[in-house]
Amino acid sequence: MRQRSLIAITAALAAGALTLTACGSRDSGDKGSDSGSGGTTVVIGVDAPLTGDLSALGLGIKNSVDLAAKTANKEDYVKGITFEIQALDDQGQPSSGQQNATKLVADKSVLGVVGPLNSSVAESMQKVFDDAKLVEVSPANTNPALTQGTNWQTSKARPYKSYFRTATTDAIQGPFAAQYLFNDAKKKKVFVIDDKKTYGAGLAATFTEEFKKLGGTVAGSEHINPDTKDFSAVATKVKNSGADVVYYGGEYPQAGPLSKQIKAAGAKIPVIGGDGIYSADFIKLAGATATGDLATSVGAPVEELPSAKEFVANYKAAGYKEAYEAYGGYSYDSGWAIIEAVKKVVEDNGGKLPSDARAKVSEAMQNVSFDGVTGKVSFDEYGDATNKQLTVYAVKNGAWESVKSGTYTG
Amino acid sequence: MNELPQQLVNGLLLGSMYGLVAIGYTMVYGIVQLINFAHGEIFMTGAFGALSVYLWVLPDGTTMWVALPLMLIGAILVSVIVAVGAERLAYRPLRGAPRLAPLITAIGLSLALQQAVWAWYPEAKSARTFPQIDGGPFHLGNVTIQTGDIFLFAAAPISMAVLAYFVMKTRTGRGMQATAQDPDTAKLMGVNTDRIIVIAFALGATFAAVGGVAYGLKYGQIDYKMGFILGLKAFTAAVLGGIGNIYGAMIGGVVLGVAETLATAYIADIPGMDKFGSQSWADVWAFVLLILVLLFRPQGLLGERVADRA
Repeated sequence: MRQRSLIAITAALAAGALTLTACGSRDSGDKGSDSGSGGTTVVIGVDAPLTGDLSALGLGIKNSVDLAAKTANKEDYVKGITFEIQALDDQGQPSSGQQNATKLVADKSVLGVVGPLNSSVAESMQKVFDDAKLVEVSPANTNPALTQGTNWQTSKARPYKSYFRTATTDAIQGPFAAQYLFNDAKKKKVFVIDDKKTYGAGLAATFTEEFKKLGGTVAGSEHINPDTKDFSAVATKVKNSGADVVYYGGEYPQAGPLSKQIKAAGAKIPVIGGDGIYSADFIKLAGATATGDLATSVGAPVEELPSAKEFVANYKAAGYKEAYEAYGGYSYDSGWAIIEAVKKVVEDNGGKLPSDARAKVSEAMQNVSFDGVTGKVSFDEYGDATNKQLTVYAVKNGAWESVKSGTYTG
Repeated sequence: MNELPQQLVNGLLLGSMYGLVAIGYTMVYGIVQLINFAHGEIFMTGAFGALSVYLWVLPDGTTMWVALPLMLIGAILVSVIVAVGAERLAYRPLRGAPRLAPLITAIGLSLALQQAVWAWYPEAKSARTFPQIDGGPFHLGNVTIQTGDIFLFAAAPISMAVLAYFVMKTRTGRGMQATAQDPDTAKLMGVNTDRIIVIAFALGATFAAVGGVAYGLKYGQIDYKMGFILGLKAFTAAVLGGIGNIYGAMIGGVVLGVAETLATAYIADIPGMDKFGSQSWADVWAFVLLILVLLFRPQGLLGERVADRA
């Protein structure tokens, strides 16, 4: 009798757990619903963190790509082709990213993938896509090694021909922040913190190198553990180091509490980070003391570009629940680059998709060039965006405001 | 070295939080020899319980001095309901089963609770901000104490004193001690062991709830994953202090918290060790300490006689 009730309860629990898992994945099978003129359907895969800490950025990516696909369908941009998106959730985890990559490769209607958000996730996906000759365009990866090889500082070599990005790299973003701090903000003594992830550590390293070269001093450095929220020990070290600014290489879920705790410890100095902290959630998490904190982000502010007005208006009109966030414009352009490449391939093949469409789309991507949301979109010989504009933002009155835009020339 | 007092305070605060959660691990283990891995999630549900009271029960703009006691009651209610429910539905049916069965159940329960909050609590898919106490910070010499930390400073010793009184002086508390020593004999002597076990779960949940509110006040945000790492650390603290010993839980928590903080602050200053000194290495040093303690005192710092237990 006892045994039976045990089985019943285990079964109930298992059923419960399954229900929960089902709830958990309800976002991931979400396909774009506009089916336009009929004919062939091309799926654009999207891989981004749709749940968890980084979901604010990830959902912005997904919606923006969805908007690109819908716009192409509405305009009947590629004759005979209907675009759909398939968004998968990687939760910012490299292992999930690789699973998603395998899943997208297996679906023959997928001709291009936008994503992921995290450089570390991209590392786990690149080979899977490259083996299948499936083109991947990331709106957000900034680690230089992804396009220029691990020895990018000394000898550049492109590891994967199928990987492209519309975002600028840390090789530019870190030094850009260093120049702004040293030349414009007149900060001479920095405390550098990173989260040891591919993105954060890379950013911190390129920043430190440039800041030292300019003549600034590094008062101390620290690596935090992204799993915790207690940075009090680090905050005390920052305060006692006498630094006048903190550079943080990492993302907003940690940067928010870190900024808050540094200020609470009594160090009234700004925290500056890369595009990973350029999110409204950073301000929410860092609280009132975030005023004056800075972030660099790729490109010029989307709201200020004339080319972006249409995107912002369309995004609003489409009625997405979530904001397009830091990467909206880049995601739209990434999606549109895939659409352009597909168009080229289809037109070269007499209006039909060729049998080796994936390889052809990858090849066509190299020569894609169009005026996108973020300006001219095209790729150099490594697959990096040729548009190398960056902007410094500061927190004012509880929102990010652009301070200075520029191009880093080395 | 002038940052030492501040770092000790940082460590003490972090450790007190570990200690509050560790009490739940140690009490449940002491009585049923179950490592309740879902305890971190009971801590988490407590924090969300407090937030719910603030958001939906209290009128907007209630001052924290009024809101805090009510939030605390809400947190304790939610945690106790979850913990007692878990005991009744998931652990009690497995009481006679081999030890591994309830252990795996606890891990499953931990995941289920996380996902339940993730799926059904409004906007819990990313971190939610927790109300803060205005005012402060306070300065004592060159030590800064945040307003939110005052709660933790007061709550940890008070909780400890209440618990000690309860276990040592009350009839139920003595029943708990008896059950911990020998459940079968305790039953023969007329102790209602089922009731005692439920009380142990409920008490552990109460302290976890206090810890959950303290976490929210200290960091200003709570999320559905907050119980996982903290639960693991609290379990470590319980082992460090001697699992089964309630004072050991608090001592173990404080030792662990201070060790982590000091490792972050000072290891890097030792010549040649600068690579191993950052916060990302603090956990490594904390566990080195755990291993060292267990090598020389396998029963933990204040451990009970393990031999009785075989």
